[in-house]
Amino acid sequence: MDWNNFVDTFWQNTMNGLSLGAIYALIALGYTLVYGVLRLINFAHSEIFMLGCFGSFATLWALGIDRINGDNPYKSGVELIGILALCLVVSMAISATAAVTLERIAYRPLRKRNAPRLVFLISAIGASFAIAEAVALFGAKGREEYGLPFVLNEKDVLFTVFGADMTNVRFIAIVGAVVMMVLLTTFVSRTRTGRGIRAVAQDAETARLMGVNTDRIIFITFLLGGLMAGGAAFLFELFRGAARYDTGFVLGVKSFTAAVLGGIGNIKGALLGGITLGVVELWGAGLFGGRWTDVIAFVVLVSVLMFRPSGLLGETLGRARA
Amino acid sequence: MNLTAEFQNLVRPIRRFWSDLFAPLRRAWARQPKPVRWAIGAIGIALLYLLPVINPPIITTEPGVNFSSVLGGTIVLYVLVALGLNVVVGMAGMLDLGYAGFYAVGAYVCGVLTSKHASWPWIASLPVAVLVTMLAGVILGSPTLRLRGDYLAIVTLGFGEIIRIVAKNVDWLGAAEGISNIKRPVFDQWEFDVINTDPYYWLYLTITIGVVFLLRRLVNSRVGRAWTAIREDEDAAELMGVPTFKFKLLAFAIGAAIGGLAGVLFAGKNGLIYPTTFDIQLSILFLAAVVLGGSGSITGAIVGGVLVSYLPERFRFLKESRYFWFGIVLVFIMVFRPQGLIGSRRRRRELANPQDRPDFPGVAGSDLAEAVEPHEGGTRHA
Repeated sequence: MDWNNFVDTFWQNTMNGLSLGAIYALIALGYTLVYGVLRLINFAHSEIFMLGCFGSFATLWALGIDRINGDNPYKSGVELIGILALCLVVSMAISATAAVTLERIAYRPLRKRNAPRLVFLISAIGASFAIAEAVALFGAKGREEYGLPFVLNEKDVLFTVFGADMTNVRFIAIVGAVVMMVLLTTFVSRTRTGRGIRAVAQDAETARLMGVNTDRIIFITFLLGGLMAGGAAFLFELFRGAARYDTGFVLGVKSFTAAVLGGIGNIKGALLGGITLGVVELWGAGLFGGRWTDVIAFVVLVSVLMFRPSGLLGETLGRARA
Repeated sequence: MNLTAEFQNLVRPIRRFWSDLFAPLRRAWARQPKPVRWAIGAIGIALLYLLPVINPPIITTEPGVNFSSVLGGTIVLYVLVALGLNVVVGMAGMLDLGYAGFYAVGAYVCGVLTSKHASWPWIASLPVAVLVTMLAGVILGSPTLRLRGDYLAIVTLGFGEIIRIVAKNVDWLGAAEGISNIKRPVFDQWEFDVINTDPYYWLYLTITIGVVFLLRRLVNSRVGRAWTAIREDEDAAELMGVPTFKFKLLAFAIGAAIGGLAGVLFAGKNGLIYPTTFDIQLSILFLAAVVLGGSGSITGAIVGGVLVSYLPERFRFLKESRYFWFGIVLVFIMVFRPQGLIGSRRRRRELANPQDRPDFPGVAGSDLAEAVEPHEGGTRHA
């Protein structure tokens, strides 16, 4: 244990943990929504996120952009915002399409015949591997990492807190995540469709009797999860700037941890869980060294499940777990 | 919406045909008198032992790939692992996504004892490794087995990854370079070396047959019935007086021990282990073996283990893309034939489409009609 390092890097790790946690939170929303409605761990959600990452890349490649500000010719602010918005839209579109297709192929046939939950989970795992491996096999670079244009110059420091730098990309990630989360919460709590989602989460059978089109609600739930994952992918790539066929896997497991930590099925819980996990993980890395980061996340997951299985805020979207 | 229904109508007869594919064979087998069954079994086992000697033309691997090495170093190991994982997933119904972790524990105990920190003979490390793995199973199992279903799956996945990362980060375990020069099995006259790999196959096959024999006894005992009860309805089992936690822990420990055993065999054959071998993909491949063959059935686990290991070696072009294909196969199996290729009949009834389930006794070809026949009742579903 390295207390000095922990203290030295504390504020910087907190800053970085906040932005990483914001990403976790956005991905966790996808897990939470689907779990709330279907009682299913959508194992392939991590791959939906990964496809979103490649969506951002593909857009930049298609536009022939290597680096916008920084080494490359300066682009005007309007152009810059346009490019970023395009990346975001493409990422979200790809992720949402993938999520909806996945539901159609891998889950709906099982749902139609009331398959046991284990069958769903194995199907989800299969889908997850098929998607990741398809990228590894048919992608231009195979299993190698696709290094990529940082759209914004990563080094630009916006402000400092206790001597720790907050860079522009990380700041955008945090703000973007919060905005998306507010939009989602509003949608779920204010709109008619949102009420449908909550109804199906509480009791699918009764909701159907009350005239809720459950198939449509489930479709929309996957769509929302995909949109959030696409947004997360875009924000993540702003500061990560690289992706690989297995990028989704570790992030996915950690985001699921975040969802469970905050209370799965609970939208605010996803935010709290994501931020907590991101920060704790980086503090742990400061204390024990970076190579233990993943172990810390898994230990957090195991301890949460053992001592408080309903999470920090409890499960509110649906009824309590059987 | 309508399209899905049409599709379902289209595949239902196919699915029905497929689900009865092995039924006549099974019935014919059950009708044979016991000595005939024993004789056929003995001939089959003898043929298995002779496989590397006969080297049958179509079954053998492509040129440049050592057939007996594949048999002893890959196929038998996968069968053993599938058997062990089948105890946890198929029989007790707990989804374990970190099974490669136990495989790793077995291999690492063998590596540490025979090469890294001591120089025991390989055979001496075997029982120790199996015990340590079993203990690991109990230690990991006792706090986590209270969780159910998908939560358990994610926690086991976490544990599998923790084991791998610890092996990668701890210098005492050889860190990223792993452990090399692991002792090979040595018996008086038998030579276990790199060129002549037949003895490995014979030794490992013998061990595997022993495990199959033990598991068959176990499944047909009180323990096996308790596992089935837990798998089908844990609450009901608990209410009927089955100490569910105890039996779940037992399944976890036995599964872990078999995984550890396979790990020792792997280390002894390979002579070299490193952490990246034991990643999550390996766990999923093991799971694919169990699910593909038919979870809950010993025959199914054997068939699944053989398919998952043999196909990529036989058709080398599959080797690189095998995770992709097995991923797709997992989805297809779950959608069209959730009980696996050779699923146990009980499991099939459990997982079947409610519309396909026969509601009336006496419906031709139904499970109930089958169950009335002699030799078909009871718990014999291995």
